[in-house]
Amino acid sequence: MLKHSSTSGFLDFVYDFYKGMKEHEITLVYEGEINHQIMKAFTSLAEGHMTKHAESELLQKKVYHVMVECLQNISKHASHPEVKDDTDYNRGIFLVSRNNDVYNITTGNIIKKEKILYLKELLGHINSLSKTDLNELYKKQLKEGHLSDKGGAGLGFIDIRRKTGKDLEYQFLPLSDSHSFFLFTSTIPRK
Amino acid sequence: MDDSPKVKFTHEDGKLELSGKSLPEDVSAFYAPILEWLENYALNPQPLTEITFKLTYFNTASSKLILDMLTILEKMSEEGKNVVVNWYYPEYDEDMRDAGQEYSEMVDVPFKHISYNP
Repeated sequence: MLKHSSTSGFLDFVYDFYKGMKEHEITLVYEGEINHQIMKAFTSLAEGHMTKHAESELLQKKVYHVMVECLQNISKHASHPEVKDDTDYNRGIFLVSRNNDVYNITTGNIIKKEKILYLKELLGHINSLSKTDLNELYKKQLKEGHLSDKGGAGLGFIDIRRKTGKDLEYQFLPLSDSHSFFLFTSTIPRK
Repeated sequence: MDDSPKVKFTHEDGKLELSGKSLPEDVSAFYAPILEWLENYALNPQPLTEITFKLTYFNTASSKLILDMLTILEKMSEEGKNVVVNWYYPEYDEDMRDAGQEYSEMVDVPFKHISYNP
């Protein structure tokens, strides 16, 4: 009996999940390890989807670019409270949604709390800049920045805002004394 | 799906061409031999050196390595060598066009910006 009710509870959840996805017009959702192969698979899926929906080539490129940068962010910065050496811990959630006006690319991953202040300042600063200042910041970082061990150039967030023209949206949800959940959404106008 | 650009070097012609997409898994490892080749080439270059970028996409990590390549070229130019960069961009792709503009403002090397219909 218990087994039956928990199974039906699970199926109810699956149906609610399906309805939620439809309601929020989510075209792709994933939770798990983010690595290079996964990134290639998702970008290729999205390209297929966009070609099918006859999106302009420029929009396809923008969505593709934001997806690549967001997925690479997770593979470089995700963390976990129960994993001691989290250099290879690359898990997170990844969602793509689309409505009449925009594509949204959303990521969520666990980060160490000590990174929050830095991220808040960085993202806030990027959002505060004019287009010209953003281009200057990009060039400065391109010239003076160094590639990290994980291949990050410190340019991803700057370039996402430049290419989408939209503010970066983000939230930090506390999980424990040491870790928080970092949610990040980029919006790409379809026109 | 290809994640690394096609690279074509011909020392005798002084030509280097990168085409396609650039988002290799290990961007430093991918570009290291290219930068090394270019540095060695710079010691004994042809009368004219031509670097062609015909990329359809590159990620921000690659953009750093592209600047490193251009910086080697800039040094050659400062030493009085004849160098030119051909920056191709698909005609619809204003982002790729702007990237070429930006690079040409960052390094002191003659740039040709060329739009094409892919």
